[in-house]
Amino acid sequence: MTEITHYSQTWAHRTPKARLFLWAGWAALVALFVWCWQLMTANTIWAFVWDAPRQAADIGSRMMPPRLSYLPELLVPLWDTLNIATLGTIAGVIMAVPVAFLAARNTTPSARILRPIALFIIVASRSINSLIWALLLVAIIGPGILAGIVAIALRSIGFVGKLLYEAIEETDARQIEAVEATGASATQVLSYGIVPQIMPAFWGISVFRWDINIRESTILGLVGAGGIGLKLQASLNVLAWPQVTVILLLILGTVVVSEWVSAKVRRAII
Amino acid sequence: MSDQSYPTTWRRPPQIVTNRRWRLALQIGILVYLVLAVGSIEVDWERVSIGLERGQRFVMGFLQPDFTSRWGDIYRGLIESLTMTLTSTVVGVLISVPIGIGAASNLAPAWIYYICRSIIAVSRALQEIIIAIFLVAMFGFGPFAGFLTLSFATIGFLAKLLADDIEEIDEAQAEAVRATGASWWQLVNYAVQPQVMPRLIGLSLYRLDINFRESAVIGIVGAGGIGATLNTAIDRYEYDSAGAILLIIIGIVMVAEYGSSYLRKFLQ
Repeated sequence: MTEITHYSQTWAHRTPKARLFLWAGWAALVALFVWCWQLMTANTIWAFVWDAPRQAADIGSRMMPPRLSYLPELLVPLWDTLNIATLGTIAGVIMAVPVAFLAARNTTPSARILRPIALFIIVASRSINSLIWALLLVAIIGPGILAGIVAIALRSIGFVGKLLYEAIEETDARQIEAVEATGASATQVLSYGIVPQIMPAFWGISVFRWDINIRESTILGLVGAGGIGLKLQASLNVLAWPQVTVILLLILGTVVVSEWVSAKVRRAII
Repeated sequence: MSDQSYPTTWRRPPQIVTNRRWRLALQIGILVYLVLAVGSIEVDWERVSIGLERGQRFVMGFLQPDFTSRWGDIYRGLIESLTMTLTSTVVGVLISVPIGIGAASNLAPAWIYYICRSIIAVSRALQEIIIAIFLVAMFGFGPFAGFLTLSFATIGFLAKLLADDIEEIDEAQAEAVRATGASWWQLVNYAVQPQVMPRLIGLSLYRLDINFRESAVIGIVGAGGIGATLNTAIDRYEYDSAGAILLIIIGIVMVAEYGSSYLRKFLQ
Protein backbone atom coordinates (compact mmCIF):
# COMPACT_ATOMS: atom_id res chain seq x y z
CA MET A 1 0.00 0.00 0.00
CA THR A 2 1.28 3.41 -0.89
CA GLU A 3 0.84 6.31 1.39
CA ILE A 4 -1.53 9.01 0.24
CA THR A 5 0.50 12.16 -0.11
CA HIS A 6 -1.48 14.44 -2.36
CA TYR A 7 -3.81 15.71 0.35
CA SER A 8 -2.88 18.90 2.08
CA GLN A 9 -1.77 18.38 5.65
CA THR A 10 -3.42 21.49 7.03
CA TRP A 11 -7.17 21.69 7.28
CA ALA A 12 -8.97 24.56 5.53
CA HIS A 13 -12.59 25.52 5.83
CA ARG A 14 -13.23 26.02 2.11
CA THR A 15 -11.94 24.72 -1.19
CA PRO A 16 -9.53 27.05 -3.04
CA LYS A 17 -12.20 27.84 -5.61
CA ALA A 18 -14.76 28.82 -2.99
CA ARG A 19 -12.15 30.96 -1.28
CA LEU A 20 -11.37 32.71 -4.55
CA PHE A 21 -15.06 33.46 -5.09
CA LEU A 22 -15.40 34.76 -1.57
CA TRP A 23 -12.42 37.10 -1.91
CA ALA A 24 -13.66 38.32 -5.29
CA GLY A 25 -17.05 39.03 -3.73
CA TRP A 26 -15.54 41.00 -0.87
CA ALA A 27 -13.28 42.92 -3.25
CA ALA A 28 -16.29 43.81 -5.41
CA LEU A 29 -18.15 45.04 -2.34
CA VAL A 30 -15.23 47.21 -1.25
CA ALA A 31 -14.89 48.63 -4.77
CA LEU A 32 -18.61 49.38 -4.87
CA PHE A 33 -18.41 51.05 -1.48
CA VAL A 34 -15.50 53.28 -2.51
CA TRP A 35 -17.23 54.23 -5.75
CA CYS A 36 -20.50 55.08 -3.94
CA TRP A 37 -18.60 57.01 -1.29
CA GLN A 38 -16.95 59.18 -3.92
CA LEU A 39 -20.24 59.82 -5.72
CA MET A 40 -21.97 60.68 -2.46
CA THR A 41 -19.32 63.03 -1.10
CA ALA A 42 -18.68 64.78 -4.42
CA ASN A 43 -20.61 67.85 -3.25
CA THR A 44 -19.86 67.66 0.45
CA ILE A 45 -18.38 70.78 1.94
CA TRP A 46 -15.69 69.34 4.18
CA ALA A 47 -15.20 72.57 6.10
CA PHE A 48 -18.67 72.07 7.57
CA VAL A 49 -17.89 68.46 8.46
CA TRP A 50 -14.66 69.33 10.30
CA ASP A 51 -16.53 72.12 12.03
CA ALA A 52 -19.17 69.68 13.32
CA PRO A 53 -17.75 69.00 16.82
CA ARG A 54 -17.75 72.73 17.56
CA GLN A 55 -21.31 73.02 16.25
CA ALA A 56 -22.36 70.06 18.38
CA ALA A 57 -20.88 71.63 21.48
CA ASP A 58 -22.60 74.90 20.62
CA ILE A 59 -26.03 73.31 20.17
CA GLY A 60 -25.48 71.19 23.27
CA SER A 61 -24.72 74.23 25.39
CA ARG A 62 -27.79 76.04 24.05
CA MET A 63 -30.04 73.01 24.73
CA MET A 64 -28.92 72.66 28.28
CA PRO A 65 -30.99 73.73 30.88
CA PRO A 66 -34.30 72.38 29.45
CA ARG A 67 -37.16 74.86 29.81
CA LEU A 68 -39.48 72.78 31.95
CA SER A 69 -42.08 75.55 32.21
CA TYR A 70 -42.88 74.77 28.58
CA LEU A 71 -44.24 71.35 29.56
CA PRO A 72 -47.91 72.33 30.23
CA GLU A 73 -48.19 73.72 26.70
CA LEU A 74 -47.23 70.31 25.36
CA LEU A 75 -50.00 68.30 26.96
CA VAL A 76 -52.66 69.03 24.33
CA PRO A 77 -50.30 68.24 21.43
CA LEU A 78 -49.34 65.04 23.23
CA TRP A 79 -53.00 64.04 23.51
CA ASP A 80 -53.34 64.79 19.77
CA THR A 81 -50.32 62.62 19.04
CA LEU A 82 -51.75 59.70 20.99
CA ASN A 83 -55.05 60.11 19.16
CA ILE A 84 -53.34 60.19 15.77
CA ALA A 85 -51.55 56.95 16.57
CA THR A 86 -54.53 55.16 18.11
CA LEU A 87 -57.26 56.21 15.68
CA GLY A 88 -54.86 55.76 12.77
CA THR A 89 -54.06 52.24 13.92
CA ILE A 90 -57.75 51.39 14.31
CA ALA A 91 -58.61 52.73 10.85
CA GLY A 92 -55.58 51.04 9.31
CA VAL A 93 -56.40 47.68 10.88
CA ILE A 94 -60.02 47.90 9.72
CA MET A 95 -58.85 48.49 6.15
CA ALA A 96 -56.06 45.92 6.37
CA VAL A 97 -58.25 42.96 7.37
CA PRO A 98 -60.14 42.59 4.04
CA VAL A 99 -56.93 43.23 2.11
CA ALA A 100 -55.21 40.46 4.07
CA PHE A 101 -58.01 38.00 3.36
CA LEU A 102 -57.86 38.89 -0.33
CA ALA A 103 -54.09 38.47 -0.37
CA ALA A 104 -53.89 35.13 1.45
CA ARG A 105 -53.59 32.23 -0.93
CA ASN A 106 -56.10 30.03 0.94
CA THR A 107 -58.88 32.60 1.36
CA THR A 108 -58.66 34.78 -1.74
CA PRO A 109 -61.75 34.58 -3.95
CA SER A 110 -59.75 35.02 -7.15
CA ALA A 111 -56.04 34.32 -7.32
CA ARG A 112 -55.78 35.83 -10.79
CA ILE A 113 -57.18 39.31 -10.32
CA LEU A 114 -57.86 40.24 -6.68
CA ARG A 115 -54.73 38.72 -5.13
CA PRO A 116 -52.22 40.73 -7.22
CA ILE A 117 -54.23 43.89 -6.53
CA ALA A 118 -54.20 43.22 -2.80
CA LEU A 119 -50.46 42.47 -2.89
CA PHE A 120 -49.84 45.72 -4.77
CA ILE A 121 -51.80 47.68 -2.16
CA ILE A 122 -49.67 46.09 0.55
CA VAL A 123 -46.37 46.83 -1.21
CA ALA A 124 -47.34 50.39 -2.12
CA SER A 125 -48.42 51.15 1.44
CA ARG A 126 -45.30 49.57 2.91
CA SER A 127 -42.77 51.27 0.67
CA ILE A 128 -43.99 54.79 1.35
CA ASN A 129 -43.14 56.07 4.80
CA SER A 130 -45.88 57.64 6.90
CA LEU A 131 -44.09 60.99 6.75
CA ILE A 132 -44.41 61.00 2.96
CA TRP A 133 -48.05 59.99 3.22
CA ALA A 134 -48.50 62.91 5.63
CA LEU A 135 -46.73 65.26 3.23
CA LEU A 136 -49.19 64.29 0.49
CA LEU A 137 -52.24 64.40 2.72
CA VAL A 138 -51.39 67.79 4.19
CA ALA A 139 -51.30 69.09 0.63
CA ILE A 140 -54.62 67.40 -0.16
CA ILE A 141 -56.83 67.69 2.93
CA GLY A 142 -55.02 70.49 4.68
CA PRO A 143 -52.87 70.58 7.81
CA GLY A 144 -54.25 69.11 11.01
CA ILE A 145 -54.85 65.93 12.92
CA LEU A 146 -57.01 64.35 10.24
CA ALA A 147 -54.13 64.28 7.75
CA GLY A 148 -52.00 62.59 10.41
CA ILE A 149 -54.63 59.96 11.17
CA VAL A 150 -55.13 59.13 7.49
CA ALA A 151 -51.36 59.01 6.91
CA ILE A 152 -50.85 56.58 9.81
CA ALA A 153 -53.80 54.49 8.65
CA LEU A 154 -52.53 54.25 5.07
CA ARG A 155 -49.06 53.27 6.23
CA SER A 156 -50.46 50.67 8.64
CA ILE A 157 -52.44 48.83 5.94
CA GLY A 158 -49.29 47.41 4.37
CA PHE A 159 -47.65 46.35 7.61
CA VAL A 160 -50.72 44.78 9.21
CA GLY A 161 -51.92 43.34 5.90
CA LYS A 162 -48.62 41.63 5.17
CA LEU A 163 -48.19 40.05 8.60
CA LEU A 164 -51.86 39.10 8.80
CA TYR A 165 -51.99 37.41 5.40
CA GLU A 166 -48.91 35.41 6.29
CA ALA A 167 -50.68 34.34 9.49
CA ILE A 168 -53.77 33.35 7.48
CA GLU A 169 -51.67 31.28 5.10
CA GLU A 170 -50.06 29.50 8.04
CA THR A 171 -53.37 28.40 9.59
CA ASP A 172 -53.86 24.70 10.24
CA ALA A 173 -55.80 23.30 7.27
CA ARG A 174 -57.14 20.34 9.28
CA GLN A 175 -59.18 22.57 11.59
CA ILE A 176 -60.72 24.32 8.61
CA GLU A 177 -61.49 20.96 7.03
CA ALA A 178 -63.12 19.77 10.24
CA VAL A 179 -65.41 22.80 10.26
CA GLU A 180 -66.17 22.32 6.57
CA ALA A 181 -67.03 18.66 7.24
CA THR A 182 -69.88 19.73 9.52
CA GLY A 183 -71.53 21.38 6.53
CA ALA A 184 -70.64 24.93 7.51
CA SER A 185 -71.12 27.74 5.02
CA ALA A 186 -68.20 29.82 3.78
CA THR A 187 -68.78 32.57 6.35
CA GLN A 188 -69.08 30.00 9.13
CA VAL A 189 -65.79 28.44 8.05
CA LEU A 190 -64.22 31.89 8.17
CA SER A 191 -65.65 32.69 11.58
CA TYR A 192 -65.10 29.29 13.29
CA GLY A 193 -62.21 27.79 11.35
CA ILE A 194 -59.88 30.64 10.45
CA VAL A 195 -60.61 33.61 12.72
CA PRO A 196 -59.92 31.81 16.04
CA GLN A 197 -56.57 30.63 14.68
CA ILE A 198 -55.36 34.07 13.64
CA MET A 199 -56.82 36.00 16.58
CA PRO A 200 -53.66 36.01 18.77
CA ALA A 201 -51.53 37.01 15.76
CA PHE A 202 -54.04 39.73 14.91
CA TRP A 203 -53.93 41.34 18.36
CA GLY A 204 -50.18 40.97 18.55
CA ILE A 205 -49.69 42.65 15.16
CA SER A 206 -52.15 45.44 15.96
CA VAL A 207 -50.51 46.31 19.27
CA PHE A 208 -47.07 46.11 17.70
CA ARG A 209 -48.16 48.50 14.94
CA TRP A 210 -49.72 50.81 17.52
CA ASP A 211 -46.36 51.01 19.26
CA ILE A 212 -44.62 51.85 15.97
CA ASN A 213 -47.34 54.39 15.15
CA ILE A 214 -46.82 56.23 18.45
CA ARG A 215 -43.19 56.61 17.45
CA GLU A 216 -44.06 57.82 13.95
CA SER A 217 -46.88 60.14 14.97
CA THR A 218 -44.50 62.14 17.18
CA ILE A 219 -42.75 63.47 14.08
CA LEU A 220 -45.68 63.84 11.69
CA GLY A 221 -46.07 67.43 12.85
CA LEU A 222 -42.82 68.31 11.06
CA VAL A 223 -44.79 68.39 7.82
CA GLY A 224 -47.89 69.92 9.42
CA ALA A 225 -49.95 66.87 10.31
CA GLY A 226 -50.64 67.79 13.92
CA GLY A 227 -49.39 66.52 17.24
CA ILE A 228 -46.25 67.22 19.22
CA GLY A 229 -44.16 67.39 16.05
CA LEU A 230 -45.78 70.76 15.27
CA LYS A 231 -44.34 72.15 18.50
CA LEU A 232 -40.97 70.64 17.64
CA GLN A 233 -41.01 72.29 14.24
CA ALA A 234 -42.07 75.63 15.73
CA SER A 235 -39.33 75.49 18.37
CA LEU A 236 -36.70 74.51 15.81
CA ASN A 237 -37.74 77.32 13.51
CA VAL A 238 -37.19 79.95 16.19
CA LEU A 239 -34.05 78.16 17.46
CA ALA A 240 -35.59 77.73 20.92
CA TRP A 241 -33.22 74.91 21.86
CA PRO A 242 -34.26 74.62 25.56
CA GLN A 243 -37.83 73.91 24.36
CA VAL A 244 -36.50 71.36 21.87
CA THR A 245 -34.86 69.50 24.75
CA VAL A 246 -38.16 69.33 26.66
CA ILE A 247 -40.02 68.08 23.59
CA LEU A 248 -37.40 65.43 22.85
CA LEU A 249 -37.47 64.21 26.44
CA LEU A 250 -41.28 63.99 26.31
CA ILE A 251 -41.14 62.07 23.01
CA LEU A 252 -38.55 59.72 24.47
CA GLY A 253 -40.72 59.13 27.54
CA THR A 254 -43.82 58.46 25.44
CA VAL A 255 -41.96 56.01 23.23
CA VAL A 256 -40.55 54.12 26.20
CA VAL A 257 -43.99 53.90 27.87
CA SER A 258 -45.70 52.74 24.67
CA GLU A 259 -43.02 50.11 24.09
CA TRP A 260 -43.49 48.85 27.63
CA VAL A 261 -47.30 48.70 27.23
CA SER A 262 -47.02 46.91 23.91
CA ALA A 263 -44.55 44.35 25.28
CA LYS A 264 -46.83 43.69 28.28
CA VAL A 265 -49.95 43.28 26.14
CA ARG A 266 -48.23 41.02 23.64
CA ARG A 267 -46.85 38.82 26.39
CA ALA A 268 -50.36 38.54 27.86
CA ILE A 269 -51.87 37.54 24.51
CA ILE A 270 -49.31 35.16 23.09
CA MET B 1 -80.23 7.36 30.99
CA SER B 2 -80.59 11.01 31.68
CA ASP B 3 -82.89 12.97 29.45
CA GLN B 4 -81.17 16.24 30.21
CA SER B 5 -81.89 18.60 27.37
CA TYR B 6 -78.78 19.98 25.77
CA PRO B 7 -78.81 23.56 24.45
CA THR B 8 -79.38 23.63 20.73
CA THR B 9 -77.29 26.67 20.07
CA TRP B 10 -73.68 27.26 20.98
CA ARG B 11 -71.91 30.52 21.57
CA ARG B 12 -68.18 30.74 21.31
CA PRO B 13 -66.79 31.59 24.74
CA PRO B 14 -64.73 34.79 24.98
CA GLN B 15 -61.09 34.07 24.37
CA ILE B 16 -58.95 36.88 25.68
CA VAL B 17 -60.55 38.62 28.68
CA THR B 18 -62.53 35.90 30.41
CA ASN B 19 -63.78 37.85 33.42
CA ARG B 20 -67.17 39.31 32.53
CA ARG B 21 -66.82 42.48 34.61
CA TRP B 22 -63.37 43.29 33.25
CA ARG B 23 -64.66 42.79 29.75
CA LEU B 24 -67.49 45.23 30.30
CA ALA B 25 -65.18 47.80 31.91
CA LEU B 26 -62.74 47.46 29.04
CA GLN B 27 -65.46 47.94 26.45
CA ILE B 28 -66.85 51.02 28.19
CA GLY B 29 -63.35 52.43 28.59
CA ILE B 30 -62.61 51.98 24.91
CA LEU B 31 -65.94 53.57 23.97
CA VAL B 32 -65.32 56.60 26.22
CA TYR B 33 -61.83 57.02 24.81
CA LEU B 34 -63.09 56.83 21.23
CA VAL B 35 -65.77 59.45 21.87
CA LEU B 36 -63.25 61.78 23.49
CA ALA B 37 -60.64 61.21 20.81
CA VAL B 38 -62.95 61.64 17.86
CA GLY B 39 -64.44 64.68 19.56
CA SER B 40 -61.05 66.37 19.75
CA ILE B 41 -60.42 66.19 16.02
CA GLU B 42 -61.04 69.48 14.35
CA VAL B 43 -61.91 69.07 10.73
CA ASP B 44 -62.36 71.98 8.40
CA TRP B 45 -64.75 70.34 5.95
CA GLU B 46 -64.61 73.27 3.57
CA ARG B 47 -60.85 72.86 3.30
CA VAL B 48 -61.28 69.13 2.80
CA SER B 49 -63.74 69.61 -0.03
CA ILE B 50 -61.39 72.03 -1.75
CA GLY B 51 -58.59 69.57 -1.15
CA LEU B 52 -60.47 66.67 -2.67
CA GLU B 53 -60.24 68.34 -6.05
CA ARG B 54 -56.51 68.61 -5.49
CA GLY B 55 -56.48 64.97 -4.41
CA GLN B 56 -58.10 64.07 -7.69
CA ARG B 57 -55.31 65.89 -9.51
CA PHE B 58 -52.79 63.95 -7.47
CA VAL B 59 -54.40 60.65 -8.37
CA MET B 60 -54.36 61.72 -12.01
CA GLY B 61 -50.67 62.63 -11.66
CA PHE B 62 -50.04 59.22 -10.16
CA LEU B 63 -51.77 57.54 -13.09
CA GLN B 64 -49.96 59.71 -15.64
CA PRO B 65 -46.55 60.21 -14.05
CA ASP B 66 -44.21 62.72 -15.61
CA PHE B 67 -40.70 61.29 -15.59
CA THR B 68 -39.11 63.62 -18.12
CA SER B 69 -39.51 67.27 -17.15
CA ARG B 70 -37.74 66.95 -13.78
CA TRP B 71 -35.59 64.00 -14.73
CA GLY B 72 -32.32 65.81 -13.90
CA ASP B 73 -33.40 66.45 -10.29
CA ILE B 74 -34.92 63.00 -9.88
CA TYR B 75 -31.75 61.37 -11.21
CA ARG B 76 -29.53 63.36 -8.85
CA GLY B 77 -31.78 62.56 -5.89
CA LEU B 78 -31.82 58.88 -6.74
CA ILE B 79 -28.04 58.68 -7.04
CA GLU B 80 -27.71 60.40 -3.65
CA SER B 81 -30.25 58.06 -2.07
CA LEU B 82 -28.73 54.89 -3.49
CA THR B 83 -25.12 55.77 -2.64
CA MET B 84 -26.18 56.93 0.81
CA THR B 85 -28.03 53.64 1.35
CA LEU B 86 -25.09 51.45 0.39
CA THR B 87 -22.35 53.33 2.23
CA SER B 88 -24.40 53.74 5.39
CA THR B 89 -25.36 50.06 5.46
CA VAL B 90 -21.73 48.96 5.02
CA VAL B 91 -20.44 51.32 7.70
CA GLY B 92 -23.37 50.54 10.01
CA VAL B 93 -22.78 46.80 9.73
CA LEU B 94 -19.04 47.21 10.34
CA ILE B 95 -19.71 49.20 13.52
CA SER B 96 -22.59 47.06 14.75
CA VAL B 97 -20.68 43.76 14.61
CA PRO B 98 -18.32 44.60 17.51
CA ILE B 99 -21.17 46.30 19.39
CA GLY B 100 -23.39 43.28 18.82
CA ILE B 101 -20.68 40.93 20.13
CA GLY B 102 -20.20 43.24 23.12
CA ALA B 103 -23.93 43.23 23.82
CA ALA B 104 -24.17 39.43 23.94
CA SER B 105 -24.18 38.38 27.58
CA ASN B 106 -22.54 35.02 26.87
CA LEU B 107 -19.45 36.55 25.25
CA ALA B 108 -18.82 39.89 26.93
CA PRO B 109 -18.07 40.85 30.55
CA ALA B 110 -20.82 42.71 32.37
CA TRP B 111 -19.47 46.25 32.06
CA ILE B 112 -18.95 45.98 28.27
CA TYR B 113 -22.40 44.40 28.03
CA TYR B 114 -24.05 47.39 29.71
CA ILE B 115 -22.14 49.96 27.62
CA CYS B 116 -23.07 48.25 24.36
CA ARG B 117 -26.70 47.71 25.35
CA SER B 118 -27.07 51.39 26.24
CA ILE B 119 -25.61 52.44 22.86
CA ILE B 120 -28.22 50.21 21.23
CA ALA B 121 -31.01 51.62 23.38
CA VAL B 122 -30.11 55.22 22.50
CA SER B 123 -29.92 54.46 18.81
CA ARG B 124 -33.26 52.64 18.83
CA ALA B 125 -35.16 55.17 20.91
CA LEU B 126 -34.38 58.17 18.69
CA GLN B 127 -36.22 58.57 15.43
CA GLU B 128 -34.19 58.79 12.23
CA ILE B 129 -35.80 62.13 11.44
CA ILE B 130 -34.85 63.65 14.77
CA ILE B 131 -31.26 62.44 14.43
CA ALA B 132 -31.24 63.82 10.89
CA ILE B 133 -32.36 67.26 12.11
CA PHE B 134 -29.44 67.43 14.51
CA LEU B 135 -26.89 66.02 12.09
CA VAL B 136 -27.98 68.45 9.38
CA ALA B 137 -27.52 71.28 11.87
CA MET B 138 -24.02 70.01 12.66
CA PHE B 139 -22.71 68.75 9.32
CA GLY B 140 -24.58 70.98 6.90
CA PHE B 141 -27.16 70.07 4.25
CA GLY B 142 -26.58 67.17 1.92
CA PRO B 143 -26.19 63.41 1.76
CA PHE B 144 -23.29 63.27 4.23
CA ALA B 145 -25.66 64.07 7.13
CA GLY B 146 -28.05 61.46 5.73
CA PHE B 147 -25.26 58.90 5.57
CA LEU B 148 -24.42 59.50 9.24
CA THR B 149 -28.09 59.29 10.26
CA LEU B 150 -28.66 55.99 8.53
CA SER B 151 -25.39 54.52 9.83
CA PHE B 152 -26.40 55.43 13.37
CA ALA B 153 -29.88 53.96 12.95
CA THR B 154 -28.41 50.78 11.45
CA ILE B 155 -26.32 50.23 14.59
CA GLY B 156 -29.37 50.08 16.85
CA PHE B 157 -31.23 47.69 14.59
CA LEU B 158 -28.45 45.33 13.59
CA ALA B 159 -26.47 45.22 16.83
CA LYS B 160 -29.57 44.36 18.85
CA LEU B 161 -30.69 41.55 16.56
CA LEU B 162 -27.13 40.23 16.25
CA ALA B 163 -26.66 40.26 20.02
CA ASP B 164 -29.96 38.43 20.56
CA ASP B 165 -28.90 35.92 17.95
CA ILE B 166 -25.50 35.33 19.56
CA GLU B 167 -27.19 34.80 22.92
CA GLU B 168 -29.33 32.06 21.36
CA ILE B 169 -26.52 30.04 19.73
CA ASP B 170 -26.08 26.34 20.38
CA GLU B 171 -23.94 26.29 23.54
CA ALA B 172 -22.77 22.74 22.87
CA GLN B 173 -20.74 23.86 19.86
CA ALA B 174 -19.20 26.74 21.79
CA GLU B 175 -18.27 24.37 24.61
CA ALA B 176 -16.71 21.89 22.18
CA VAL B 177 -14.51 24.62 20.75
CA ARG B 178 -13.68 25.88 24.24
CA ALA B 179 -12.71 22.35 25.30
CA THR B 180 -9.94 22.32 22.69
CA GLY B 181 -8.30 25.20 24.56
CA ALA B 182 -9.35 27.87 22.10
CA SER B 183 -8.78 31.52 22.92
CA TRP B 184 -11.66 34.03 22.98
CA TRP B 185 -10.96 35.11 19.41
CA GLN B 186 -10.88 31.51 18.21
CA LEU B 187 -14.14 30.88 20.06
CA VAL B 188 -15.81 33.78 18.27
CA ASN B 189 -14.32 32.79 14.93
CA TYR B 190 -15.04 29.04 14.98
CA ALA B 191 -18.05 28.60 17.28
CA VAL B 192 -20.10 31.80 17.05
CA GLN B 193 -19.41 33.20 13.60
CA PRO B 194 -20.50 30.13 11.58
CA GLN B 195 -23.76 29.96 13.52
CA VAL B 196 -24.79 33.61 13.15
CA MET B 197 -23.30 34.42 9.72
CA PRO B 198 -26.33 33.43 7.58
CA ARG B 199 -28.62 35.50 9.76
CA LEU B 200 -26.21 38.44 9.82
CA ILE B 201 -26.13 38.49 6.02
CA GLY B 202 -29.93 38.25 5.89
CA LEU B 203 -30.34 41.09 8.38
CA SER B 204 -27.83 43.27 6.53
CA LEU B 205 -29.76 42.84 3.30
CA TYR B 206 -33.00 43.62 5.11
CA ARG B 207 -31.43 46.74 6.60
CA LEU B 208 -30.24 47.80 3.13
CA ASP B 209 -33.88 47.70 2.12
CA ILE B 210 -34.99 49.72 5.17
CA ASN B 211 -32.20 52.25 4.68
CA PHE B 212 -33.36 52.96 1.16
CA ARG B 213 -36.89 53.58 2.38
CA GLU B 214 -35.62 55.84 5.14
CA SER B 215 -33.34 57.70 2.74
CA ALA B 216 -36.48 58.77 0.91
CA VAL B 217 -37.73 60.39 4.13
CA ILE B 218 -34.79 62.13 5.74
CA GLY B 219 -34.43 64.34 2.68
CA ILE B 220 -37.49 66.23 3.96
CA VAL B 221 -35.37 67.76 6.73
CA GLY B 222 -32.45 68.48 4.41
CA ALA B 223 -30.35 65.33 4.57
CA GLY B 224 -30.20 64.84 0.80
CA GLY B 225 -31.57 62.12 -1.40
CA ILE B 226 -34.80 61.55 -3.26
CA GLY B 227 -36.87 62.83 -0.32
CA ALA B 228 -35.67 66.37 -0.94
CA THR B 229 -36.71 66.11 -4.58
CA LEU B 230 -40.10 64.72 -3.58
CA ASN B 231 -40.62 67.46 -1.01
CA THR B 232 -39.86 70.11 -3.62
CA ALA B 233 -42.21 68.51 -6.13
CA ILE B 234 -45.09 68.44 -3.65
CA ASP B 235 -44.40 72.00 -2.48
CA ARG B 236 -44.66 73.19 -6.07
CA TYR B 237 -47.89 71.21 -6.59
CA GLU B 238 -46.20 69.26 -9.40
CA TYR B 239 -48.15 66.12 -8.68
CA ASP B 240 -47.18 64.37 -11.90
CA SER B 241 -43.50 64.60 -10.97
CA ALA B 242 -44.30 63.58 -7.38
CA GLY B 243 -46.23 60.59 -8.72
CA ALA B 244 -43.24 59.61 -10.84
CA ILE B 245 -40.92 59.80 -7.83
CA LEU B 246 -43.27 57.72 -5.69
CA LEU B 247 -43.57 55.11 -8.42
CA ILE B 248 -39.77 54.96 -8.67
CA ILE B 249 -39.51 54.50 -4.89
CA ILE B 250 -42.14 51.74 -4.92
CA GLY B 251 -40.39 50.06 -7.85
CA ILE B 252 -36.96 50.13 -6.21
CA VAL B 253 -38.36 48.86 -2.90
CA MET B 254 -40.09 45.98 -4.70
CA VAL B 255 -36.91 45.10 -6.60
CA ALA B 256 -34.88 45.30 -3.39
CA GLU B 257 -37.35 43.12 -1.52
CA TYR B 258 -37.45 40.38 -4.15
CA GLY B 259 -33.72 40.67 -4.78
CA SER B 260 -32.83 40.37 -1.11
CA SER B 261 -35.16 37.41 -0.52
CA TYR B 262 -33.62 35.69 -3.57
CA LEU B 263 -30.10 36.47 -2.38
CA ARG B 264 -30.87 35.18 1.11
CA LYS B 265 -32.18 31.89 -0.31
CA PHE B 266 -29.06 31.66 -2.48
CA LEU B 267 -26.68 32.29 0.42
CA GLN B 268 -28.24 29.94 2.95
